[in-house]
Amino acid sequence: MVDVTSDRAIADVGDAAPPAEVPEVDLYHAKSWITKYVFCQDAKVIAIQYGGTAVAIGLVALVLSWLMRLQLGFPESLSLIDAEQYYQAITMHGMIMVIYLLTALFLGGFGNYLIPLMVGARDMVFPYVNMLSYWVYLLAVLILVASFFVPGGPTGAGWTLYPPQAILSGTPGRDWGIILMLVSLIVFIIGFTMGGLNYVVTVLQARTRGMTLMRMPLTVWGIFTASVLALLAFPALFVGCVMLLFDRLLGTSFFMPAIAEFGQQLDHDGGSPILFQHLFWFFGHPEVYIVALPAFGIVSDLIATHARRNIFGYRMMVWAIIIIGGLSFIVWAHHMYVSGMNPYFGFFFAVTTLIIAVPTALKVYNWVLTLWRGDIHFTVPMLFALGFIVTFVNGGITGLFLGNAVVDVPLSDTMFVVAHFHMVMGVAPILVIFGAIYHWYPKMTGRMLHEGMGRFHFWVTFVGAYAIFLPLHYLGLMGVPRRYHELGNMPFIPESAHTLNEIVTVIALIVGFAQLLFLFNLGWSLRYGKPAGPNPWRATTLEWQTPETPPGHGNFGRELPVVYRWAYDYNVPGAAQDFLPQNMPPSRAGVQTHV
Amino acid sequence: MRNGGRWVVGGCMAALCLIGLSIAAVGQERTLYWTGLILFAIGVITIFGLIRGAYDEAEGRPRRRRQVVPALMLAVALGTVVFHLASPWWWGPIASNWEYIDFTISLTFWITGLVFLAVVVFMAWCAHRFRHRPGNTAHYEPESRRLEWGLTLATAFGVAALLTPGLFVWDEFITPPEDSQQVEAIGQQWYWSFRLPGEDGVLGTTSTRLVSVDNPLGINPDDPNGQDDVVVQSGALHLPVNRPVTVLLRSQDVLHNFYVPEFRAKMDLVPGMVTQLWFTPTRTGSFQILCAEYCGVQHANMRGQVEIVEEAEFAAWLGAQPTFATMYAAAGRDRPTAVASSDGSLAE
Ligand code: HEM
Ligand SMILES: [Cu+2]
Ligand SMILES: [Cu+2]
Repeated sequence: MVDVTSDRAIADVGDAAPPAEVPEVDLYHAKSWITKYVFCQDAKVIAIQYGGTAVAIGLVALVLSWLMRLQLGFPESLSLIDAEQYYQAITMHGMIMVIYLLTALFLGGFGNYLIPLMVGARDMVFPYVNMLSYWVYLLAVLILVASFFVPGGPTGAGWTLYPPQAILSGTPGRDWGIILMLVSLIVFIIGFTMGGLNYVVTVLQARTRGMTLMRMPLTVWGIFTASVLALLAFPALFVGCVMLLFDRLLGTSFFMPAIAEFGQQLDHDGGSPILFQHLFWFFGHPEVYIVALPAFGIVSDLIATHARRNIFGYRMMVWAIIIIGGLSFIVWAHHMYVSGMNPYFGFFFAVTTLIIAVPTALKVYNWVLTLWRGDIHFTVPMLFALGFIVTFVNGGITGLFLGNAVVDVPLSDTMFVVAHFHMVMGVAPILVIFGAIYHWYPKMTGRMLHEGMGRFHFWVTFVGAYAIFLPLHYLGLMGVPRRYHELGNMPFIPESAHTLNEIVTVIALIVGFAQLLFLFNLGWSLRYGKPAGPNPWRATTLEWQTPETPPGHGNFGRELPVVYRWAYDYNVPGAAQDFLPQNMPPSRAGVQTHV
Repeated sequence: MRNGGRWVVGGCMAALCLIGLSIAAVGQERTLYWTGLILFAIGVITIFGLIRGAYDEAEGRPRRRRQVVPALMLAVALGTVVFHLASPWWWGPIASNWEYIDFTISLTFWITGLVFLAVVVFMAWCAHRFRHRPGNTAHYEPESRRLEWGLTLATAFGVAALLTPGLFVWDEFITPPEDSQQVEAIGQQWYWSFRLPGEDGVLGTTSTRLVSVDNPLGINPDDPNGQDDVVVQSGALHLPVNRPVTVLLRSQDVLHNFYVPEFRAKMDLVPGMVTQLWFTPTRTGSFQILCAEYCGVQHANMRGQVEIVEEAEFAAWLGAQPTFATMYAAAGRDRPTAVASSDGSLAE
């Protein structure tokens, strides 16, 4: 047995450790129904509020994707939307998916629910600020939704919001839509900053006795590192949005050079459109990892638990998360190889981008090596974890195409890019989210989700989503640009490309509707699901060891758990049972483990 | 399953095999060929399964509990490879010197494709071999430095193998040859215009501030170099085959992108600055220019045309185009000492 963390571990606490009691007065107590369920400061309730809001707005993005796909599949026969609405749809779809759904759900949803429970804390360190964070997020969502109803509709600037186009009249939603979008993003960032500080400080300050950093479950490591990235990356978007708003409203020229719009001279002069791209991607690339790192962490824990095996190479996994997080700040211009920036940047960013592939690949190997010699239960969360590995590897390798500057030249801005990022930051993290919901729903509600529906949901979603996005790479290889609402006359594509587009649209609709079954399952199981008991997956981490299920106020009853080992003691040779909870004292474990 | 049912299914599968084989034999296209082979394979595998089932039943063995998860994961991996090989959707024949780019893409496909297959097949195998069965316990092994570092180094090596050729070609891509011919492509919402140097071989200076109805490309009327510049307002850009060309890119309003799939090259047009790309056309023909950077509602319709022609034809075409001086004069002005005011009207 390798001694994983003894160098860092708080001196062996042993059985003699006194109980970790926290005086009741320190806790926040709800006084009325409103403060218990609405303006609540309990991280678990805030998590559900975040999750519910994110899923609700996510459904809007899903419906928009149907409209887009119908337009792409049947550009002539169906005229549901015109070019203008198509661009509004991609913009809102992309922005909602990336920011308002994935970021909010991973950090605000899972972060809030899991961090305090997993590190053995009663709540977040700043409960009031935490509550505020949600309500500010909700405000941002409402502003975003409002933009659907203003004159001219939401902005159609693309989720990248590149000026000058974003604030000029050739782009839909130029009057109100773009303003609301920028304001909404600014508000979102304010809200996130409050939450993010909480997640980081809670992990650093509120871990229970014995929970050293190197004993934390990888889920916590992933969410923690992602929060740090977000705190450092969002400010770049923040200033970008503020300056763009100034350009639009006050006529400043941060990003606006001299422009003759439809032959008319505009008053702007001297600004740099490329500066905005640097700011955007300085945020935008870490954003990919803000979504990916929590997924990495969660999927590690799903795999370990359901394969009944320690995560392989825990220390490497932690360092990989940290290294990826660090490197993610020096790769951003790989989105800009053909942007007209100084071409010599290409050398630097191609090198850093391909370097980041190495720790990422290591993570993939370690997930698969965890399965290797495991005892794999094909539970629904495990299925989603396997689906994640396939889609993530697929999307990851196409990243090696796009990161390698010169290979990106023909592929950039084509459907190849659309396929790549959907696979790697759309499908893969969403599969993890589903897996995580199937995994933790029993803790959150006390009931299991229906297994049959879960399996059906998995296979349709996984195979379907894969079948949607795999072929799109090949449209891109042919040269079909992205953000085209119809192919029109392109001499270099065969008739069959149109058929392909039709098939993809049909699959996208099927996959979309399968999600409704999932939502139904969520509601149905609340009532009729099998009772779960406190620890249905026989998992080691602290959230499964709470005295009540769902965990009550303060999470752990009177005494906080004391941690004696890392989170991955599954099938320890000689142990009394096939898993050793992190808070099980060595005397009861039957074996002396040093980690 | 009853034996009668087995015969019916088996018969259908045999028919499927035959149909598959004939499709594969007759089909001219790659897609048909592979579709046929896949049908054939499905038939064979099903028949094999039926026979095995019949044997098991005859010998009174219990029905095998099938674990479909690993098989389906494997199917996804192999399906990806089959799709890749069978896909009729692939880049068209190249028309420029950038076959190195194609080569690097193919190399990347090979290396990453093998990694993808290796990982997913290994995963599927693990899922099969180490699935939960009575008596199976997991092996406790927190880490293996040798294995992890070995894999890391192997990956680093593979990545370096992809990157190194990529960087050399990138260097070439961003370094236009000294003797390349310069032409200019101008983008505005939502069409393309072009400018070629006249007899002096030099393009005149420009400014967005000079753009007006009479001077739609913003060429400096006071610059002697610009007088003989050839302006192509509507119609195709012509270029001689086998002569390196640097396309200078200029936008008057928003970002656009000059992209010709057959040339494998693209670059953004950025208002306020001049960007460029270069290539050598290697065959004659007519090619479409697509705008590949979102530029507003008509983005998808912003198409242009390049004609690659023989040197003589190019010279003839060039001679027949109007120059800036004649166009500007036709717009009703002498060489003015004009300054543009910010509302775009020319103040005398
Ligand atoms: C079944 C699910 C989905 C379908 C069918 C779908 C479909 C599409 C389509 C058709 C486009 C426009 C492509 C174009 O014309 O350029 C698009 C763009 C986009 N999608 Fe999705 N999508 C799905 C899920 C997701 C998810 C989960 C994410 C989260 C990362 C996502 C993020 C984006 C982004 C960022 C864009 C780019 C928007 C832009 O170009 O400005 N999508 N999607
Ligand atoms: Cu990136
Ligand atoms: Cu465009």
